[in-house]
Amino acid sequence: MQKSILTVVGKDRVGIIARICSYLADNDVNILDITQTIVDGFFNMMMICDTTKTTKEFHLLSDELDALGKELGVMIKLQREDIFEKMQRI
Amino acid sequence: MIEFKEVSETNEMIEKENLDVRTITLGISLLDCIDSNLEVLKKNLYGKIVTTAKDLVKVGKDIEREYAIPIVNKRISLTPIALIGASACKTPEDFVSIAEVLDKAAGKVGVNFIGGFTALPAKGMTKSEELLIRAIPQAMARTEHLCASVNVGSTKTGINMDAVKLMGSIIRETAEATKEHDSIGCSKLVVLCNAPDDNPFMAGAFHGVTETDSVINVGVSGPGVVNQAIKAVRGADFTTLCETIKKTAFKVTRLGELVGREASKRLGIPFGILDLSLAPTPAIGDSIAEILEGMGLEQVGCPGTTAALALLNDQVKKGGIMASSSVGGLSGAFIPVSEDHGMIDAAQSGNLRIEKLEAMTSVCSVGLDMIAIPGDTSASTISGIIADEAAIGMVNQKTTAVRVIPVIGKKVGEMAEFGGLLGYAPIMPVNNGSCEEFIARGGRIPAPIHSFKN
Repeated sequence: MQKSILTVVGKDRVGIIARICSYLADNDVNILDITQTIVDGFFNMMMICDTTKTTKEFHLLSDELDALGKELGVMIKLQREDIFEKMQRI
Repeated sequence: MIEFKEVSETNEMIEKENLDVRTITLGISLLDCIDSNLEVLKKNLYGKIVTTAKDLVKVGKDIEREYAIPIVNKRISLTPIALIGASACKTPEDFVSIAEVLDKAAGKVGVNFIGGFTALPAKGMTKSEELLIRAIPQAMARTEHLCASVNVGSTKTGINMDAVKLMGSIIRETAEATKEHDSIGCSKLVVLCNAPDDNPFMAGAFHGVTETDSVINVGVSGPGVVNQAIKAVRGADFTTLCETIKKTAFKVTRLGELVGREASKRLGIPFGILDLSLAPTPAIGDSIAEILEGMGLEQVGCPGTTAALALLNDQVKKGGIMASSSVGGLSGAFIPVSEDHGMIDAAQSGNLRIEKLEAMTSVCSVGLDMIAIPGDTSASTISGIIADEAAIGMVNQKTTAVRVIPVIGKKVGEMAEFGGLLGYAPIMPVNNGSCEEFIARGGRIPAPIHSFKN
């Protein structure tokens, strides 16, 4: 399985998760886990997703999510999971 | 499963603390390009470099996007050209023409530096090595991406004082040849002692003859990350301080290991070494001086600086060694003056002098690096500086280097501007007591007694 981490930071508003989830569903990306908090009106979310099945190239997904983030007024970042696994675990 | 705070920590290091992969360096062996006909040789060199490195920049960019980690430089290191050109080059001008071909190849594949315009006369100097060294001033003046290095000694061979003497004049000539741009040629020329074969960092990078055909070496950096970690343990004892640096070095090294292996897989080129070297950039927060000051020094250069740097260098190595079995190169802390705003400030205020920097080089990863000196400094004084530095390296069994820039037409207190990653530097005063007679002796300083280990 190719796991990726999606992080979202920005000002809270209606529909952030909805829009991101429908984008991911359209692209065959399965969501495995969601963690979300709101601190002082700031929306903070991390999703662990499975990007094995998507036919889109990774950098394309990442660019489109970046564009979606701009539309929603938040920062969306998609990264391969290994970077965290490698750095944070022995 | 990865946790939220772990993801935030990693991303904060990247976004706020300037954590980056400083360089992916592709080492290419040129031994199979050798030909006694200069034109054929040049054609072979160009062909081999552009073929082997054609995907380097693209792969670097892909990895950058997929992990959202900046990879600042993509570079190439080559087999020492003094070996490659030995049978074809009859004059320094022949070597300069090779330099131009290498520069063109670097431009074609989109790397910012190509290293390996190198001679290794650590014990004796061949005719070809002498020709290459004499070609350096023009080679530096006529190329943009090329880096030159000369290894003048080692713990096993002693110091080749003829090479040291010659390099004093070559550095001056290189400064003269590039005087319109604050003698920038010298910023791409380094004189080493105990040069390693697998160093991914310029200007001293070359692809050693002990290496395989081609190899991917990765250099990671992250002074900002270490600095931030140290701030969090202000006032704590040395054990805590060391633990903190080690843990941070571990994480940073793991990142480099990941990027190196990934690049190696995608390019189909074996992974060589990972070099965790805290290397500053002129950006605020990306400074080695700031780390030392964060440990409790008022300004870098004051008493305590050498001890603080020794501690930093050692802990970086220890954290790195645990994180990867491929740690190599120089791994430690670099102290280039012009690339570190904290060092620049200290040099300007007079707290940091060349003599103190020299002491610091005996405990850090390289040597007197990116130091601007007055343009009228004599060749023998520069040779004297090189000899001192080489002696520190030889006796302490470590790599040392000299990259000084005699800025033609400028005096102490004035500024030299190199631009980009190379930064800017105040001209520092040099002790002008003459060592001419000492340098003029010629010959070799024998290897120290502890080199006879067999």
